[in-house]
Amino acid sequence: MRTITMKVNGVSTSHDVPDNTLLVSFLRETMGLTGTHIGCDTSQCGACIVHVNGKSTKSCTILAAQLEGAKVTTIEGIANGDELHPMQQAFHENHGLQCGFCTPGMVMSAIELVEKNKNLSEREIREGLEGNICRCTGYHNIVKSVQDAAGKMGG
Amino acid sequence: MPEGTVKQGIGASVRRKEDKRFLIGKGNYTDDINRAGQLHVYFLRSPVAFADIVSIDKQKAEKASGVVAILTGEDVAADNLGGPICGWVPTNKDGSAPSEPPHPILANGRVRYVGDHVAAVFAETLEQAMSAAELIDVTYSEMPAITDLKTAMDKPQIHDGMENNTYFDWELGDEAATNDAFDKAATIVKVDIRNNRVIPNAMEPRAAVADYDTGDERYTLFTTSQNPQLTRLVIGAFMLNIPESKLRVVAPDVGGGFGSKIYVYPEEAVCVWASKKLRRAVKWTADRTQAFLGDAHGRDHISDVKLALDKNNRITGLRVDTLANLGAYLSAFAMVTPTYLHGTLLSGVYDIPAIYTNVKGICTNTVNVDAYRGAGRPEATYLLERTMDVAAKQVGMDPAEFRRLNFIPKDAFPYQTAVALQYDVGDYEPLLDRAMAMIDYKNFENRRAKSAKNGKCRGIGMSTYIEACGIAPSAVVGALGGRVGLYESAVVRVDPTGTISVLTGTHSHGQGHDTTFAQLVCDKLGVDIEAVEIVHGDSDRTAFGMGTYGSRSLAVGGTAISKALDKVIAKGKIIAAHMLEAADADIEFKDGKFTVTGTDREKSFGEIALSAYVPHNFPHDRLEPGLEETSFYDPLNFTYPSGTHIAEVEIDPATGVVELMDWVCCDDFGNLINPMVVEGQVHGGIAQGVGQALYEEAAYNDNGQLLSASYMDYCMPRADHFPSLKVENLVTACTHNDLGVKGCGEAGAIASPPAVINAVVDALSPLGVTDITMPATPQKVWQAIQSAQTKAAE
Amino acid sequence: MYSTKYVKAKDIDDAATIMASAEDGKFLAGGMTLIPTLKQRLANPDCLVDLSACGLSAIADDGSAIRVGAMTRHVEVAESALVQKTIPAVADLAGHIGDRQVRNCGTIGGSLANNDPAACYPAALLALGGTVHTQSRSIAAEDYFDGMFETTLEEDEVIREVSLPKPEKAAYVKFPNPASRYAMVGVFVAKFADGVRVAVTGAGEDGVFRASDLEAALDANFSADAIADGTVSADGLMSDIHASAEYRAHLIGEMTRRAVTACG
Repeated sequence: MRTITMKVNGVSTSHDVPDNTLLVSFLRETMGLTGTHIGCDTSQCGACIVHVNGKSTKSCTILAAQLEGAKVTTIEGIANGDELHPMQQAFHENHGLQCGFCTPGMVMSAIELVEKNKNLSEREIREGLEGNICRCTGYHNIVKSVQDAAGKMGG
Repeated sequence: MPEGTVKQGIGASVRRKEDKRFLIGKGNYTDDINRAGQLHVYFLRSPVAFADIVSIDKQKAEKASGVVAILTGEDVAADNLGGPICGWVPTNKDGSAPSEPPHPILANGRVRYVGDHVAAVFAETLEQAMSAAELIDVTYSEMPAITDLKTAMDKPQIHDGMENNTYFDWELGDEAATNDAFDKAATIVKVDIRNNRVIPNAMEPRAAVADYDTGDERYTLFTTSQNPQLTRLVIGAFMLNIPESKLRVVAPDVGGGFGSKIYVYPEEAVCVWASKKLRRAVKWTADRTQAFLGDAHGRDHISDVKLALDKNNRITGLRVDTLANLGAYLSAFAMVTPTYLHGTLLSGVYDIPAIYTNVKGICTNTVNVDAYRGAGRPEATYLLERTMDVAAKQVGMDPAEFRRLNFIPKDAFPYQTAVALQYDVGDYEPLLDRAMAMIDYKNFENRRAKSAKNGKCRGIGMSTYIEACGIAPSAVVGALGGRVGLYESAVVRVDPTGTISVLTGTHSHGQGHDTTFAQLVCDKLGVDIEAVEIVHGDSDRTAFGMGTYGSRSLAVGGTAISKALDKVIAKGKIIAAHMLEAADADIEFKDGKFTVTGTDREKSFGEIALSAYVPHNFPHDRLEPGLEETSFYDPLNFTYPSGTHIAEVEIDPATGVVELMDWVCCDDFGNLINPMVVEGQVHGGIAQGVGQALYEEAAYNDNGQLLSASYMDYCMPRADHFPSLKVENLVTACTHNDLGVKGCGEAGAIASPPAVINAVVDALSPLGVTDITMPATPQKVWQAIQSAQTKAAE
Repeated sequence: MYSTKYVKAKDIDDAATIMASAEDGKFLAGGMTLIPTLKQRLANPDCLVDLSACGLSAIADDGSAIRVGAMTRHVEVAESALVQKTIPAVADLAGHIGDRQVRNCGTIGGSLANNDPAACYPAALLALGGTVHTQSRSIAAEDYFDGMFETTLEEDEVIREVSLPKPEKAAYVKFPNPASRYAMVGVFVAKFADGVRVAVTGAGEDGVFRASDLEAALDANFSADAIADGTVSADGLMSDIHASAEYRAHLIGEMTRRAVTACG
């Protein structure tokens, strides 16, 4: 056991957890932030993606213990009150989600993608989402959503 | 019409009401649910495909830290529990009943596939349960695994007493007439078809949380189900012997299903059973490995196909002999998928006078196979649409023109096929024409030549499909061996202030019912969409309904809603007539207002609702108070969506990599309620079909080990596998439901695999390749090219 | 995951000391392979020694070579102006490992210490004739790899940095496994003044290897045309559900041609 202190969605938080606790378990079970999902056990589906110190990270492949003092942002932390983040809004406007399970990871991944390069081509968006698997949408409207958000995020 | 309803009613691409909770991380999936004091269960699964269990020593494990109990097949037998049952059982061709071997929820003496449930370990934490499972000492007496579909019939019995490892031997059609067609044929086309085994892979793994309340002696099960009411019926009545009223089943937000969450699985039943036995809530969540090993797989057919043509290249007969791998046990729709959902579709969109098909359902030491997006119809469409291309080539016709020649003409509806179905309506040529225009079919050879200059092989392929969905008329289903009705229920509950709840027996797990169904209400009642809530998935709240699969929710469930709304309006008119002191017949309802015809005397919908619940001035002599109506709608026929999908591919012959360059489709789903949602369903279906055609395969080795049991080896389609998809629609309205709708959920997955493979074969045909099996992986394409070149050199 | 103890080492010597005192410890670098392995209970270390605070993530120009700290993340290598300028093939390689999230965490030292037979970095190290520097010694690439998932590192030996000599020209071309996106065949071609070195990952039964036949052909004629079909033998290559040894052999030739062409 150890005490982990990190800033999650802007709020400093401290919890005692076993050393082998994954970040995703820390978020889902310890903190009750169930928006971050677990879709595979081989670190490939991307449903668990959050931002760690500003970088998109698979929360199923990092220990909470590694993140003492880190800043973590989850899907619950990107809207500004009732105002959705432009990426969330774009997914809504463009029907970029169906069952919603891959969506949090997809949105978190896409935000970093656009923040790194606001003038993405369609091909670059498709390649940039290589760490995220969706079974519902055929990706078509996800790509449209990211294009739309890139515009709104200042592309 | 009140402001706002046009953009919210039928035909509007209303943005989804359900999106927000998913987008802000407030979805409520089963694994998000925890109950006070819950135990975690871990299932010890068989590491071998076929073995007798000699002994299970759980002593050491029982003493491990945190362990509360370990249950095995002996406990299941002692409590006399049943297993998952078959929901639809066709009759063998000799008139006998098929084999339905028992499926114990924990293996009793024998395991029959890798992943079979051997023991359930209950502990305070999941890690403790997993650690304890490692201490259970199981001695297996192994037998050679039976995994090959072609030879399984000649192998020892997997289930004692089930001869030839054959669950059923079924036929449909007129064999004599079909033989006659072949006797007289000018051309006979023969094609060997293999429909590869795939794994549904909904992104949310299955999960269950069960709780038993010792106070009111009632169970609650939260589970990842497409049809919670059926789950309740099956677990209560057939597996655990619990009065239905004592079991509440809730399917909260469900992260995709694609068929795999229709069935009741052993894990859910074990959780419910143990929650009472152990007096603790029990939680189970599959990891992805368990999903690969335990979720019902899809497809896995081998078919011999023969097509007879007359001298004018008109099809005169079709014969299909199919072996369907159903795996080690039968689940709910395992037997109907390769029979009545497959054989009946063999006429496709073509006028074929004589058809005969024989299907044998085979048992192997693999996980069970059942309905997966499309369920039988993709298999039928694949074999037929591949055969159409092979036939066109054989007779030297363009594949499009060969299809056109054989289409059922638009004036032939209603059209009775040779395989039991009666298509109510359709018009196939405009769909073909539009899709060909969309992809600029006539200039394809220019594009092929351009690709060739870059060393690439370009190909084009199409699929003109039909499906039967909106399942299903209960009487027809019953006559064909169905054990359930396939109507749907709807309750429209108007609140005193005029807001509305619709309780539906369908279940939404990505399809957008919260929005589409609400649009039906907006359209009929003229209320704002924000005033409408769709309630689904909780057996304590909704009426008994059959759930969501077979593209049925709108055609059947939506029609039920429509009919319940009509009843609300009818009652509202009587109330309005009373309040306005007019005759019933003089009241018309339009745009949310009850008006006395030809006058300006009116009552708003809200006023009528209030009057129904505060019935001071109310026709008590004629009506009960309240405004809540129920409808159970049983469809009159299946619905028959159809369309043309065309794929264009480019292949790098140096590596065998197939790249999808373009995709167009023009579908006829009847009337569209929310075109945006429909388009999204088509996109997803196409992606799954492309996955089957190019990437996905559940590969078992001879020992019955699943080699592709993780995303390291099972290739899921990703964003960069696709071009932008071009999706359009034409409409012939369904003739037998109020909404004129047909269904769209499975169309993409049904249409797309043959379009892809036809395109791949077309691309490779200049190199001498004539066929390729799914999935057309780089290795397989490269090998096909090598073989063709070797053959050409000989 | 089995229970374990997590320790963040202060520096490289601290890491070695902690490891020496552990019964069956593991160094934790980016964790991109180790953590999935732990999650699946395929390993049961009593101690995880996190190297992230050891100050091992600098990239430096060393004249004829670049030196990359062991804990440098793939994304940092991919985006490093120095790497892009001096050995663009390595920046390109790093920019295509796994996915973006893997590149945000995964490290060059972790990749090399793990020596996954389908990893990309081993091909770069071997083709460039690089050197692995640990706290106690320097190991030439030739002496470093020791078969699948095996290296000549001692139990408590930590990679400090890696030096990669600058070639005249180099390119890495990967044919990814369709499912995992690891290399099914990855070929790193490096042309130095004294000859061409070709290293192949993803294909060999014993992990990464140098393809001497290809090197000889390219030494004679550094052009894609120099690689005839059949140059690469299928002997010693892996076969699995995605690719037979024969197909891998073919792909090695094809990827080599593409790498040579990419060298310009």
